[in-house]
Amino acid sequence: MTAAEAGFRRRLFLRKATAVGFALLCILATSLGIAALALLLVDITREGVGRVSWDFINSFPSRKPEQAGIKAALWGTIWMMGLTASFAIPIGVGAAVYLEEYAPRNWLTRVIQTNIANLAGVPSIVYGILGLALFVRAMSLERSVLAGSLTMALLVLPIVIIASQEALRAVPNSVREAAYAVGASRWQVVSRQVLPAAFPGILTGIILALSRAIGETAPLIMIGALLFVPFTPSGPLDRFTVLPMQIFNWTSRPQPEFRENAAAGIIVLLIVLLTMNATAVILRNRFQARARQ
Amino acid sequence: MHIAPRAHSGRRAGKVLLLVTAVVAAILAALLIAACGDNSEGGGGLSGTIVGDGSSTVFPISEAVAEEFGKLEPDVRVVVGISGTGGGFKKFCNGETDFSDASRPIKDEEKEACANNGIEFVEFQVAFDGLSVMVNPDNDFVECLTVDELKRIWEPGSTVDSWSDVRPEWPGESIALYGPDTDSGTFDYFTEVIVGEEDASRPDYTASADDNVLVQGIAGDEDALGYFGYAYYVENTDKLKLVYVRKDALEQPEVAEFMRFYLTEGRPLVAEVGYVEAPESAYQEGLDLIP
Repeated sequence: MTAAEAGFRRRLFLRKATAVGFALLCILATSLGIAALALLLVDITREGVGRVSWDFINSFPSRKPEQAGIKAALWGTIWMMGLTASFAIPIGVGAAVYLEEYAPRNWLTRVIQTNIANLAGVPSIVYGILGLALFVRAMSLERSVLAGSLTMALLVLPIVIIASQEALRAVPNSVREAAYAVGASRWQVVSRQVLPAAFPGILTGIILALSRAIGETAPLIMIGALLFVPFTPSGPLDRFTVLPMQIFNWTSRPQPEFRENAAAGIIVLLIVLLTMNATAVILRNRFQARARQ
Repeated sequence: MHIAPRAHSGRRAGKVLLLVTAVVAAILAALLIAACGDNSEGGGGLSGTIVGDGSSTVFPISEAVAEEFGKLEPDVRVVVGISGTGGGFKKFCNGETDFSDASRPIKDEEKEACANNGIEFVEFQVAFDGLSVMVNPDNDFVECLTVDELKRIWEPGSTVDSWSDVRPEWPGESIALYGPDTDSGTFDYFTEVIVGEEDASRPDYTASADDNVLVQGIAGDEDALGYFGYAYYVENTDKLKLVYVRKDALEQPEVAEFMRFYLTEGRPLVAEVGYVEAPESAYQEGLDLIP
């Protein structure tokens, strides 16, 4: 074996070792995240699964842990998510379509773009302050589901806009050009070609955004969402509470039974979240399949 | 009554193990009523919405009272939030809530904010300041005492002499008892809420009007057991729990009824959720303030 050959073999081995090492690191990083999540889930399930029952889901809050339930919080969450989605999705997707497909590239759009990116990083409590001043007080919506949903919609709008923009940008220009080439108007290009093609990506963004909204507590405490609410909202102007607030309060109680309730509340919250996401994933897969045809 | 300033508790903690206790418990409910015109006076059964917010530590009491009141008056919706004492006052003085839970008395600037918005208020005490029951730091067997055990130790004619009289598994050494003297408000309070009858206490304990003497005594005696107050709210304002209610709201029958309920039927609930009841007189004073 010549010296050159030996050197080559050594370097080859190093290269291969580096490749394997990097792959291992990536696996480790992934499994760490999953392990933490699994640990959390196991812990929560062990503590709370015994408390999840129809009574728990269908009871109003109580000072007695065994009688306390999440009816008001669960319905509050469902109301709030529904309203948040109906504000954030059309406005967010609309803004993204405008910025990507219509807006001229000038300093104004660049300023807007930068601001949206910055807003995505603003702490949620700041949105709570804004919501309190704007929706609760200036617009006199009081501490209603509507005020909470509008605040949450503001909070998740940057996420929806940015994700939708990414999705729109990922649609190849050739698709637009081909459509224009056969005489389509801009409206026809956007509505029949670009949006359907970008829809799976947009849905992913919406999932992320709503997943964030469902777990937020700080802005709602700020706008003064309540905690003891012995009724479910019957309209957008009703007062409300949400699951994370109920869970947050239960974990801070001294009695261990309340912590069991909190764990059970987390399980229900996870189920709601997974249901929501599963719906979006099914929708996305259907659209992806259609886009491929 | 003698009151140790707040700074003492840090020093105390260094010397003496803070033991059991019903720590917290000064709950003052203040009802503020502001003029707002949203009251519908329904004849017959009461109805309407009563909005409360404020301290999360007072929340369990308000929650319990609201829960029970809801069973009595199903058409009155009582809702309670947890914005914190300061956050609660902001909303309260802005006319957004009918009553405000607080763990300290309202501050001057908050009073001003209320006054600027024309909001007047009434203050009710719904529970009392906390008690500290302590043993010597070298005592390694007492981790907690129940109210019932404390009652057996301190009631008049108590037969408890040694630790083993409290729990059989504890050693047979005599307990050296320390407590405030009979002029102390803490004494009145302790006897009322622990022993069950005001001023009823066994007489054979080391009594002092000076909390520091009690602390020194407990710190120097391995078999010591003593109590002193976290004192009256004025001296120890950060231990307060208050509820503020708007005055105009108090003129509404459902709010008046709710507060009446809070100060009467609500009393046992205070203990149930882990706090200590205020003395009878405090509730009586509160009730007199309700029109």
